[in-house]
Amino acid sequence: MLITIAEQAFDPWQAVQTYQAEHLPAGSYGATSIFIGTMRDFNEGADITAMCLEYYPGMTEKQLEKIVSEASQQWAVLDALVVHRVGDILPNDPIVIVAVWTAHRGDAFAACRYIMEALKSKAPFWKKEQLVSEQVRWVESNTVNKAT
Amino acid sequence: MFMSIKVRYFASLKERLGCSESHLDFAEGLTVQAVWQQLNPDLSLPNNILAAVNMDYVGLDAIVADGDEVAFFPPVTGG
Repeated sequence: MLITIAEQAFDPWQAVQTYQAEHLPAGSYGATSIFIGTMRDFNEGADITAMCLEYYPGMTEKQLEKIVSEASQQWAVLDALVVHRVGDILPNDPIVIVAVWTAHRGDAFAACRYIMEALKSKAPFWKKEQLVSEQVRWVESNTVNKAT
Repeated sequence: MFMSIKVRYFASLKERLGCSESHLDFAEGLTVQAVWQQLNPDLSLPNNILAAVNMDYVGLDAIVADGDEVAFFPPVTGG
C-alpha cells in the first residue's frame, strides 16, 4: 500500500505502471480498478482558471491509511495506491488517483469506490478556486449526490 | 496540574480567524468545545466545523489532554 501527497503535477498512468511493476508480482492479481480525478475548468456555475489545494500534513496521510485499511478489511485487496495533489493546480491536471489490485473484479470495483468516496468525505483537503472573474472562493462542501 | 495544547485552524476557517495556530494553557480537563470558546470568546463555533485531536476526528465533547494537538476545520473538499 502506498499513500502519496504530491506537491507537483504527476502522470497517473505512469504512477500506476511504476507501482504495479515494483509491487505486484506477475500473475498475482486478476483485476485492477483505477479512479482518476481531474480538475475541471468549471464548477458551480463559474469558470475556474486555477485552484489551490490545502491539506493537513500528518492527518491527511493518517486518514487515507485508515480508509485503505478499512477497504482491505471489507474486500480481498492485494494492494492499493493513492496519490493526491496539493498546492497550485490548473484545469486538466490530475488531482487524485486510486488504484486497487485484487484477484477478482467485484472486490476491485467495490474497494476502489469505497476508498474514493471515503476520501471525499473524510480526508482533510480543501479546495480554493480562482475564478475567471478574478474572485477567489473556497469550495464549501463535497456533495454526495455527485457520486452517482 | 498545568496542561498545554496546540490548536490549529485550516482553510477558510484559518482565513476567517486570521490565525493558523495557537496555544492554550489550562489547569483542568477541557472539552474540544471549551477549547474553542476559550480561544475564540467572541465567536461561537460554526455548526459545520469539524474537529480532530491528534489527527483523529472527535466529537466536540471529547476531553483534551496535556500535549494534544487539536484542530478545527471546515468540511473537507478533496478528490
